[in-house]
Amino acid sequence: MNLWFLKPEYRQRLGYHVVLLGGVALLTSAAIGVANHLTRADIAQRQLEDLQVTLQQVVPANYYDNDLVRDTVTVDHGGQPLVVYRARRAGQVQAVCYQISAPGYGNTAMVIAIGVDRNGTLLGTRVISHNETPGLGDKIELGKSDWILIFTGRSLNDPQPAKWAVKKDGGVFDQFTGATITPRAVVKAVKTGLEFFAAHRALLLDEAAPGSIAGQPAASGGHN
Amino acid sequence: MSGNYRGVFVDGLWRNNVVFAQMLALCPLMAVTTTATNGLGMGLATTGVLLTSNVVIASCRDLISQEVRIPVFVLLIAALVSLADMAINAWLHELYKVLGLFIPLIVVNCSVLGRAEVFASKRAVLASAVDGLAMGLGYTLALILIGGCREILGSATLFAHASLLLGDGFAFLETTLIPQYKGFLLMLLPPGGFLVLGFLLAGKRATERRWERRAAGRSKAVTRAQQSPSAV
Repeated sequence: MNLWFLKPEYRQRLGYHVVLLGGVALLTSAAIGVANHLTRADIAQRQLEDLQVTLQQVVPANYYDNDLVRDTVTVDHGGQPLVVYRARRAGQVQAVCYQISAPGYGNTAMVIAIGVDRNGTLLGTRVISHNETPGLGDKIELGKSDWILIFTGRSLNDPQPAKWAVKKDGGVFDQFTGATITPRAVVKAVKTGLEFFAAHRALLLDEAAPGSIAGQPAASGGHN
Repeated sequence: MSGNYRGVFVDGLWRNNVVFAQMLALCPLMAVTTTATNGLGMGLATTGVLLTSNVVIASCRDLISQEVRIPVFVLLIAALVSLADMAINAWLHELYKVLGLFIPLIVVNCSVLGRAEVFASKRAVLASAVDGLAMGLGYTLALILIGGCREILGSATLFAHASLLLGDGFAFLETTLIPQYKGFLLMLLPPGGFLVLGFLLAGKRATERRWERRAAGRSKAVTRAQQSPSAV
Protein backbone atom coordinates (compact mmCIF):
# COMPACT_ATOMS: atom_id res chain seq x y z
CA MET A 1 0.00 0.00 0.00
CA ASN A 2 3.07 2.30 -0.06
CA LEU A 3 3.20 2.34 -3.82
CA TRP A 4 2.28 5.73 -5.20
CA PHE A 5 -0.13 4.39 -7.81
CA LEU A 6 -2.19 2.64 -5.20
CA LYS A 7 -3.22 5.89 -3.57
CA PRO A 8 -6.88 6.53 -4.28
CA GLU A 9 -6.29 10.00 -5.69
CA TYR A 10 -4.01 8.64 -8.42
CA ARG A 11 -6.36 5.80 -9.22
CA GLN A 12 -9.06 8.27 -10.09
CA ARG A 13 -7.01 10.14 -12.68
CA LEU A 14 -7.81 9.65 -16.34
CA GLY A 15 -4.18 8.91 -17.11
CA TYR A 16 -4.18 6.01 -14.67
CA HIS A 17 -7.23 4.47 -16.37
CA VAL A 18 -5.58 4.74 -19.76
CA VAL A 19 -2.34 3.20 -18.53
CA LEU A 20 -4.17 0.45 -16.64
CA LEU A 21 -6.42 -0.55 -19.51
CA GLY A 22 -3.61 -0.29 -22.04
CA GLY A 23 -1.27 -2.22 -19.77
CA VAL A 24 -3.76 -5.03 -19.21
CA ALA A 25 -4.52 -5.20 -22.92
CA LEU A 26 -0.81 -5.34 -23.69
CA LEU A 27 -0.14 -7.95 -21.02
CA THR A 28 -2.98 -10.23 -22.03
CA SER A 29 -2.12 -9.98 -25.73
CA ALA A 30 1.50 -10.72 -24.91
CA ALA A 31 0.44 -13.75 -22.86
CA ILE A 32 -1.74 -15.03 -25.69
CA GLY A 33 1.06 -14.39 -28.19
CA VAL A 34 3.55 -16.32 -26.10
CA ALA A 35 1.06 -19.15 -25.53
CA ASN A 36 0.34 -19.28 -29.24
CA HIS A 37 4.05 -19.52 -29.97
CA LEU A 38 4.51 -22.26 -27.37
CA THR A 39 1.53 -24.34 -28.45
CA ARG A 40 1.48 -23.84 -32.22
CA ALA A 41 3.87 -26.67 -33.06
CA ASP A 42 2.12 -29.04 -30.65
CA ILE A 43 -1.34 -28.17 -31.95
CA ALA A 44 -0.22 -28.62 -35.56
CA GLN A 45 1.30 -31.98 -34.60
CA ARG A 46 -1.92 -33.06 -32.85
CA GLN A 47 -3.99 -32.03 -35.87
CA LEU A 48 -1.68 -33.97 -38.16
CA GLU A 49 -2.09 -37.01 -35.89
CA ASP A 50 -5.85 -36.55 -35.97
CA LEU A 51 -5.71 -36.40 -39.75
CA GLN A 52 -3.62 -39.58 -39.86
CA VAL A 53 -6.08 -41.35 -37.57
CA THR A 54 -8.95 -40.22 -39.80
CA LEU A 55 -7.21 -41.36 -42.97
CA GLN A 56 -6.38 -44.71 -41.41
CA GLN A 57 -10.04 -45.17 -40.58
CA VAL A 58 -11.26 -44.64 -44.11
CA VAL A 59 -8.44 -46.42 -45.93
CA PRO A 60 -7.37 -49.86 -44.64
CA ALA A 61 -3.66 -50.19 -43.95
CA ASN A 62 -3.10 -52.89 -46.59
CA TYR A 63 -3.93 -50.37 -49.32
CA TYR A 64 -0.77 -48.32 -49.00
CA ASP A 65 2.89 -48.32 -48.12
CA ASN A 66 3.47 -44.57 -48.52
CA ASP A 67 3.03 -41.64 -46.15
CA LEU A 68 -0.40 -40.70 -47.39
CA VAL A 69 -0.60 -37.51 -45.33
CA ARG A 70 2.13 -36.07 -47.55
CA ASP A 71 1.07 -37.52 -50.92
CA THR A 72 -1.60 -35.03 -51.85
CA VAL A 73 -3.15 -33.47 -54.91
CA THR A 74 -5.37 -30.41 -54.75
CA VAL A 75 -8.39 -30.40 -57.02
CA ASP A 76 -10.96 -27.70 -57.61
CA HIS A 77 -14.34 -28.82 -56.28
CA GLY A 78 -17.19 -26.40 -56.88
CA GLY A 79 -14.87 -23.42 -56.64
CA GLN A 80 -13.17 -24.69 -53.48
CA PRO A 81 -9.77 -26.34 -53.38
CA LEU A 82 -10.07 -29.90 -52.10
CA VAL A 83 -7.02 -31.74 -50.82
CA VAL A 84 -6.98 -35.40 -51.82
CA TYR A 85 -4.67 -37.84 -50.02
CA ARG A 86 -3.43 -40.72 -52.16
CA ALA A 87 -2.76 -44.18 -50.84
CA ARG A 88 -0.13 -45.90 -52.98
CA ARG A 89 1.20 -49.40 -52.93
CA ALA A 90 4.35 -50.00 -54.97
CA GLY A 91 3.92 -46.55 -56.51
CA GLN A 92 0.43 -47.15 -57.85
CA VAL A 93 -2.50 -45.29 -56.35
CA GLN A 94 -4.77 -47.88 -54.76
CA ALA A 95 -7.19 -45.56 -53.02
CA VAL A 96 -7.79 -41.90 -52.32
CA CYS A 97 -9.37 -40.12 -49.43
CA TYR A 98 -10.63 -36.61 -48.96
CA GLN A 99 -12.95 -34.54 -46.83
CA ILE A 100 -16.28 -33.37 -48.19
CA SER A 101 -18.08 -30.59 -46.40
CA ALA A 102 -21.83 -30.33 -46.70
CA PRO A 103 -24.61 -28.39 -45.01
CA GLY A 104 -26.27 -30.39 -42.22
CA TYR A 105 -29.23 -29.60 -40.01
CA GLY A 106 -29.84 -25.85 -39.87
CA ASN A 107 -27.29 -25.29 -42.65
CA THR A 108 -24.31 -25.67 -40.35
CA ALA A 109 -21.31 -27.28 -41.95
CA MET A 110 -20.50 -30.92 -41.44
CA VAL A 111 -17.26 -32.44 -42.66
CA ILE A 112 -17.12 -36.05 -43.81
CA ALA A 113 -13.97 -37.97 -44.71
CA ILE A 114 -14.40 -40.64 -47.34
CA GLY A 115 -12.01 -43.23 -48.68
CA VAL A 116 -12.54 -44.60 -52.20
CA ASP A 117 -10.61 -47.39 -53.87
CA ARG A 118 -9.52 -47.16 -57.51
CA ASN A 119 -12.76 -48.78 -58.71
CA GLY A 120 -14.90 -46.18 -57.04
CA THR A 121 -16.01 -48.39 -54.13
CA LEU A 122 -16.26 -46.79 -50.72
CA LEU A 123 -13.69 -48.12 -48.27
CA GLY A 124 -14.91 -46.06 -45.36
CA THR A 125 -16.74 -42.93 -44.32
CA ARG A 126 -16.39 -40.93 -41.11
CA VAL A 127 -17.95 -37.72 -39.89
CA ILE A 128 -15.10 -35.48 -38.82
CA SER A 129 -16.98 -32.50 -37.45
CA HIS A 130 -20.60 -31.44 -37.29
CA ASN A 131 -23.01 -29.22 -35.40
CA GLU A 132 -25.92 -31.63 -35.28
CA THR A 133 -28.23 -31.79 -32.27
CA PRO A 134 -26.47 -33.69 -29.48
CA GLY A 135 -28.34 -36.86 -28.61
CA LEU A 136 -30.14 -36.84 -31.95
CA GLY A 137 -28.15 -36.04 -35.05
CA ASP A 138 -24.86 -37.01 -33.46
CA LYS A 139 -25.56 -40.69 -34.08
CA ILE A 140 -23.61 -40.12 -37.27
CA GLU A 141 -20.45 -40.27 -35.13
CA LEU A 142 -18.91 -43.72 -34.94
CA GLY A 143 -18.40 -43.30 -31.20
CA LYS A 144 -22.16 -43.08 -30.68
CA SER A 145 -23.62 -45.38 -33.30
CA ASP A 146 -22.28 -47.54 -36.12
CA TRP A 147 -24.72 -46.03 -38.61
CA ILE A 148 -21.93 -44.41 -40.62
CA LEU A 149 -20.57 -47.86 -41.58
CA ILE A 150 -23.55 -48.60 -43.86
CA PHE A 151 -21.75 -46.87 -46.72
CA THR A 152 -18.74 -49.18 -46.76
CA GLY A 153 -18.65 -51.24 -49.96
CA ARG A 154 -21.15 -49.03 -51.75
CA SER A 155 -20.39 -47.20 -54.97
CA LEU A 156 -22.07 -44.77 -57.31
CA ASN A 157 -23.94 -47.60 -59.07
CA ASP A 158 -24.64 -49.62 -55.94
CA PRO A 159 -27.36 -48.69 -55.16
CA GLN A 160 -28.65 -47.05 -58.35
CA PRO A 161 -28.33 -43.23 -58.30
CA ALA A 162 -32.05 -42.79 -57.63
CA LYS A 163 -31.77 -45.02 -54.55
CA TRP A 164 -28.93 -42.96 -53.06
CA ALA A 165 -31.23 -41.56 -50.39
CA VAL A 166 -32.62 -42.36 -46.97
CA LYS A 167 -35.54 -44.80 -46.81
CA LYS A 168 -37.98 -42.01 -46.10
CA ASP A 169 -37.10 -40.52 -49.50
CA GLY A 170 -37.40 -43.86 -51.27
CA GLY A 171 -33.76 -44.79 -51.00
CA VAL A 172 -31.96 -47.70 -49.36
CA PHE A 173 -30.24 -46.06 -46.39
CA ASP A 174 -31.71 -46.14 -42.89
CA GLN A 175 -32.46 -42.90 -41.14
CA PHE A 176 -32.55 -42.95 -37.36
CA THR A 177 -35.29 -42.14 -34.91
CA GLY A 178 -36.02 -38.47 -34.48
CA ALA A 179 -33.63 -37.27 -37.13
CA THR A 180 -34.09 -37.46 -40.87
CA ILE A 181 -32.37 -34.29 -41.99
CA THR A 182 -28.96 -35.29 -40.65
CA PRO A 183 -28.77 -38.74 -42.32
CA ARG A 184 -30.18 -37.22 -45.50
CA ALA A 185 -27.38 -34.66 -45.49
CA VAL A 186 -24.74 -37.34 -44.91
CA VAL A 187 -26.09 -39.54 -47.73
CA LYS A 188 -26.07 -36.55 -50.06
CA ALA A 189 -22.54 -35.60 -49.04
CA VAL A 190 -21.21 -39.13 -49.57
CA LYS A 191 -22.86 -39.27 -52.98
CA THR A 192 -21.31 -35.90 -53.86
CA GLY A 193 -17.98 -37.32 -52.78
CA LEU A 194 -18.34 -40.31 -55.10
CA GLU A 195 -19.37 -38.06 -57.98
CA PHE A 196 -16.27 -35.98 -57.32
CA PHE A 197 -14.18 -39.16 -57.60
CA ALA A 198 -15.90 -40.17 -60.85
CA ALA A 199 -15.35 -36.72 -62.35
CA HIS A 200 -11.65 -36.54 -61.50
CA ARG A 201 -10.73 -40.21 -61.49
CA ALA A 202 -7.73 -40.09 -63.81
CA LEU A 203 -6.24 -37.09 -62.02
CA LEU A 204 -6.80 -38.52 -58.56
CA LEU A 205 -5.29 -41.88 -59.49
CA ASP A 206 -2.28 -40.12 -60.99
CA GLU A 207 -2.89 -41.82 -64.33
CA ALA A 208 -2.95 -38.74 -66.51
CA ALA A 209 0.83 -38.55 -66.25
CA PRO A 210 2.83 -39.12 -69.46
CA GLY A 211 3.79 -42.72 -70.12
CA SER A 212 0.82 -44.14 -68.30
CA ILE A 213 -2.55 -45.16 -69.66
CA ALA A 214 -3.57 -41.56 -70.27
CA GLY A 215 -5.27 -42.31 -73.58
CA GLN A 216 -7.71 -44.69 -72.03
CA PRO A 217 -11.01 -43.05 -71.14
CA ALA A 218 -11.59 -42.85 -67.43
CA ALA A 219 -14.07 -45.54 -66.47
CA SER A 220 -16.83 -44.35 -64.26
CA GLY A 221 -16.99 -45.77 -60.78
CA GLY A 222 -17.59 -49.42 -60.09
CA HIS A 223 -17.22 -52.23 -62.57
CA ASN A 224 -18.99 -54.77 -60.44
CA MET B 1 -12.72 -18.49 9.36
CA SER B 2 -13.71 -22.05 8.41
CA GLY B 3 -17.33 -21.14 9.06
CA ASN B 4 -16.90 -18.31 6.60
CA TYR B 5 -15.68 -20.66 3.86
CA ARG B 6 -18.52 -23.00 4.67
CA GLY B 7 -20.92 -20.13 4.01
CA VAL B 8 -19.20 -19.48 0.68
CA PHE B 9 -19.71 -23.12 -0.27
CA VAL B 10 -23.36 -23.18 0.78
CA ASP B 11 -23.81 -20.01 -1.30
CA GLY B 12 -22.23 -21.56 -4.36
CA LEU B 13 -23.93 -24.93 -4.17
CA TRP B 14 -27.39 -23.96 -2.97
CA ARG B 15 -28.34 -20.54 -1.61
CA ASN B 16 -26.80 -18.45 -4.38
CA ASN B 17 -26.40 -21.12 -7.05
CA VAL B 18 -25.40 -19.70 -10.47
CA VAL B 19 -28.33 -21.33 -12.22
CA PHE B 20 -31.01 -21.88 -9.59
CA ALA B 21 -30.64 -18.58 -7.73
CA GLN B 22 -28.73 -16.10 -9.90
CA MET B 23 -30.32 -17.43 -13.13
CA LEU B 24 -27.10 -16.71 -14.99
CA ALA B 25 -25.24 -18.62 -17.69
CA LEU B 26 -28.43 -20.09 -19.14
CA CYS B 27 -27.29 -19.83 -22.76
CA PRO B 28 -24.42 -22.36 -22.52
CA LEU B 29 -26.63 -24.38 -20.20
CA MET B 30 -29.40 -24.85 -22.77
CA ALA B 31 -26.84 -25.64 -25.45
CA VAL B 32 -24.91 -28.40 -23.70
CA THR B 33 -27.24 -30.09 -21.23
CA THR B 34 -28.63 -32.73 -23.56
CA THR B 35 -26.71 -35.35 -21.61
CA ALA B 36 -25.35 -35.47 -18.08
CA THR B 37 -21.88 -36.13 -19.49
CA ASN B 38 -21.90 -32.95 -21.56
CA GLY B 39 -23.06 -31.04 -18.49
CA LEU B 40 -20.21 -32.48 -16.46
CA GLY B 41 -17.64 -31.54 -19.10
CA MET B 42 -18.89 -27.99 -19.44
CA GLY B 43 -19.15 -27.67 -15.65
CA LEU B 44 -15.57 -28.78 -15.05
CA ALA B 45 -14.20 -26.44 -17.74
CA THR B 46 -16.18 -23.53 -16.29
CA THR B 47 -15.03 -24.33 -12.76
CA GLY B 48 -11.41 -24.18 -13.88
CA VAL B 49 -11.89 -20.79 -15.52
CA LEU B 50 -13.93 -19.41 -12.59
CA LEU B 51 -11.25 -20.45 -10.13
CA THR B 52 -8.34 -18.95 -12.09
CA SER B 53 -10.18 -15.77 -13.05
CA ASN B 54 -11.21 -15.18 -9.41
CA VAL B 55 -7.62 -15.71 -8.22
CA VAL B 56 -6.14 -13.42 -10.90
CA ILE B 57 -8.67 -10.66 -10.33
CA ALA B 58 -8.49 -10.86 -6.54
CA SER B 59 -4.70 -10.68 -6.60
CA CYS B 60 -4.67 -7.47 -8.63
CA ARG B 61 -7.85 -5.95 -7.18
CA ASP B 62 -5.90 -3.04 -5.59
CA LEU B 63 -4.56 -1.99 -8.98
CA ILE B 64 -7.87 -1.99 -10.81
CA SER B 65 -9.68 1.32 -10.61
CA GLN B 66 -13.43 1.45 -10.31
CA GLU B 67 -14.06 3.24 -13.61
CA VAL B 68 -12.37 0.78 -15.97
CA ARG B 69 -12.86 -2.41 -13.97
CA ILE B 70 -15.37 -4.07 -16.33
CA PRO B 71 -13.20 -3.87 -19.49
CA VAL B 72 -10.21 -5.03 -17.43
CA PHE B 73 -12.18 -8.03 -16.14
CA VAL B 74 -13.39 -8.86 -19.63
CA LEU B 75 -9.84 -8.70 -20.99
CA LEU B 76 -8.48 -10.91 -18.23
CA ILE B 77 -11.26 -13.51 -18.53
CA ALA B 78 -11.05 -13.63 -22.31
CA ALA B 79 -7.27 -14.06 -22.13
CA LEU B 80 -7.58 -16.84 -19.55
CA VAL B 81 -10.10 -18.73 -21.65
CA SER B 82 -7.93 -18.38 -24.74
CA LEU B 83 -4.90 -19.64 -22.83
CA ALA B 84 -6.87 -22.59 -21.48
CA ASP B 85 -8.17 -23.36 -24.98
CA MET B 86 -4.68 -23.41 -26.49
CA ALA B 87 -3.06 -25.30 -23.63
CA ILE B 88 -5.71 -28.04 -23.59
CA ASN B 89 -5.59 -28.32 -27.37
CA ALA B 90 -1.82 -28.71 -27.37
CA TRP B 91 -1.15 -30.84 -24.30
CA LEU B 92 -4.42 -32.56 -23.37
CA HIS B 93 -5.63 -33.23 -26.87
CA GLU B 94 -7.85 -36.19 -25.99
CA LEU B 95 -9.75 -34.03 -23.52
CA TYR B 96 -9.89 -31.22 -26.07
CA LYS B 97 -11.73 -33.44 -28.53
CA VAL B 98 -14.52 -33.76 -25.97
CA LEU B 99 -14.42 -30.34 -24.30
CA GLY B 100 -13.11 -28.32 -27.23
CA LEU B 101 -16.57 -27.24 -28.22
CA PHE B 102 -17.38 -25.90 -24.75
CA ILE B 103 -14.25 -23.96 -23.88
CA PRO B 104 -14.80 -20.91 -26.13
CA LEU B 105 -18.39 -20.80 -24.83
CA ILE B 106 -17.06 -19.97 -21.36
CA VAL B 107 -16.14 -16.46 -22.54
CA VAL B 108 -19.82 -15.65 -22.86
CA ASN B 109 -20.63 -17.18 -19.49
CA CYS B 110 -21.72 -14.08 -17.59
CA SER B 111 -21.33 -15.80 -14.22
CA VAL B 112 -17.54 -15.56 -14.56
CA LEU B 113 -17.74 -11.78 -14.94
CA GLY B 114 -20.41 -11.74 -12.24
CA ARG B 115 -18.16 -13.41 -9.67
CA ALA B 116 -15.28 -11.09 -10.61
CA GLU B 117 -17.49 -8.08 -10.01
CA VAL B 118 -19.37 -9.24 -6.93
CA PHE B 119 -16.73 -11.22 -5.06
CA ALA B 120 -13.17 -11.33 -6.38
CA SER B 121 -12.76 -7.57 -6.83
CA LYS B 122 -13.50 -6.99 -3.14
CA ARG B 123 -12.13 -10.01 -1.26
CA ALA B 124 -8.83 -11.73 -0.48
CA VAL B 125 -7.25 -14.17 -2.90
CA LEU B 126 -7.95 -17.36 -0.92
CA ALA B 127 -11.58 -16.46 -0.27
CA SER B 128 -12.01 -15.66 -3.96
CA ALA B 129 -10.49 -19.00 -4.92
CA VAL B 130 -12.93 -20.79 -2.62
CA ASP B 131 -15.78 -18.75 -4.07
CA GLY B 132 -14.74 -19.58 -7.63
CA LEU B 133 -14.53 -23.27 -6.77
CA ALA B 134 -17.88 -23.28 -4.95
CA MET B 135 -19.68 -21.38 -7.70
CA GLY B 136 -18.13 -23.62 -10.34
CA LEU B 137 -19.16 -26.76 -8.48
CA GLY B 138 -22.66 -25.37 -8.04
CA TYR B 139 -22.84 -24.70 -11.77
CA THR B 140 -21.48 -28.20 -12.52
CA LEU B 141 -24.10 -29.70 -10.22
CA ALA B 142 -26.88 -27.75 -11.93
CA LEU B 143 -25.62 -28.78 -15.38
CA ILE B 144 -25.43 -32.47 -14.40
CA LEU B 145 -28.89 -32.31 -12.83
CA ILE B 146 -30.54 -30.66 -15.83
CA GLY B 147 -28.52 -32.75 -18.29
CA GLY B 148 -29.45 -35.91 -16.40
CA CYS B 149 -33.16 -35.11 -16.37
CA ARG B 150 -33.17 -34.24 -20.07
CA GLU B 151 -31.16 -37.33 -20.90
CA ILE B 152 -33.41 -39.67 -18.94
CA LEU B 153 -36.60 -38.20 -20.41
CA GLY B 154 -35.23 -37.64 -23.89
CA SER B 155 -33.25 -40.77 -24.59
CA ALA B 156 -33.64 -42.99 -21.47
CA THR B 157 -29.92 -43.15 -20.81
CA LEU B 158 -27.77 -41.61 -18.09
CA PHE B 159 -24.14 -40.50 -18.44
CA ALA B 160 -24.00 -41.83 -22.00
CA HIS B 161 -20.46 -41.67 -23.43
CA ALA B 162 -19.00 -40.76 -20.05
CA SER B 163 -15.96 -42.88 -20.86
CA LEU B 164 -15.14 -40.55 -23.77
CA LEU B 165 -14.83 -37.70 -21.28
CA LEU B 166 -13.46 -39.37 -18.16
CA GLY B 167 -11.62 -42.36 -19.56
CA ASP B 168 -12.54 -46.01 -19.82
CA GLY B 169 -12.49 -46.43 -16.04
CA PHE B 170 -15.76 -44.54 -15.85
CA ALA B 171 -17.63 -46.72 -18.33
CA PHE B 172 -19.67 -48.08 -15.39
CA LEU B 173 -21.46 -44.71 -15.17
CA GLU B 174 -23.08 -45.27 -18.55
CA THR B 175 -26.57 -46.58 -17.96
CA THR B 176 -29.36 -47.39 -20.35
CA LEU B 177 -32.66 -47.26 -18.53
CA ILE B 178 -35.03 -48.42 -21.26
CA PRO B 179 -33.27 -50.34 -24.07
CA GLN B 180 -35.86 -49.88 -26.84
CA TYR B 181 -36.77 -46.28 -26.05
CA LYS B 182 -38.21 -44.28 -28.94
CA GLY B 183 -36.84 -40.96 -27.72
CA PHE B 184 -38.63 -37.84 -26.59
CA LEU B 185 -37.31 -35.17 -28.92
CA LEU B 186 -38.74 -32.16 -27.09
CA MET B 187 -36.56 -32.82 -24.06
CA LEU B 188 -33.39 -32.73 -26.14
CA LEU B 189 -34.27 -29.45 -27.84
CA PRO B 190 -33.96 -26.10 -26.01
CA PRO B 191 -37.64 -26.01 -24.88
CA GLY B 192 -36.99 -29.20 -22.92
CA GLY B 193 -34.13 -27.46 -21.18
CA PHE B 194 -36.37 -24.60 -20.12
CA LEU B 195 -39.06 -27.02 -18.93
CA VAL B 196 -36.63 -29.01 -16.80
CA LEU B 197 -35.07 -25.82 -15.44
CA GLY B 198 -38.53 -24.49 -14.54
CA PHE B 199 -39.53 -27.64 -12.66
CA LEU B 200 -36.20 -27.84 -10.82
CA LEU B 201 -36.47 -24.16 -9.85
CA ALA B 202 -39.97 -24.71 -8.53
CA GLY B 203 -38.71 -27.71 -6.59
CA LYS B 204 -35.90 -25.69 -5.03
CA ARG B 205 -38.27 -22.88 -4.02
CA ALA B 206 -40.73 -25.35 -2.50
CA THR B 207 -37.97 -27.05 -0.52
CA GLU B 208 -36.71 -23.73 0.78
CA ARG B 209 -40.21 -22.69 1.83
CA ARG B 210 -40.71 -25.96 3.68
CA TRP B 211 -37.41 -25.43 5.52
CA GLU B 212 -38.40 -21.87 6.42
CA ARG B 213 -41.73 -23.02 7.78
CA ARG B 214 -40.04 -25.76 9.80
CA ALA B 215 -37.50 -23.30 11.18
CA ALA B 216 -40.26 -20.83 12.09
CA GLY B 217 -42.21 -23.64 13.77
CA ARG B 218 -39.39 -24.32 16.18
CA SER B 219 -39.40 -22.34 19.39
CA LYS B 220 -37.32 -19.21 19.33
CA ALA B 221 -35.69 -20.15 22.61
CA VAL B 222 -34.06 -23.16 20.99
CA THR B 223 -32.71 -20.99 18.19
CA ARG B 224 -31.35 -18.45 20.65
CA ALA B 225 -29.73 -21.18 22.71
CA GLN B 226 -28.02 -22.52 19.58
CA GLN B 227 -26.74 -19.11 18.52
CA SER B 228 -25.51 -17.80 21.85
CA PRO B 229 -22.31 -19.95 22.25
CA SER B 230 -20.93 -18.85 18.87
CA ALA B 231 -21.85 -15.22 19.62
CA VAL B 232 -19.76 -15.32 22.81
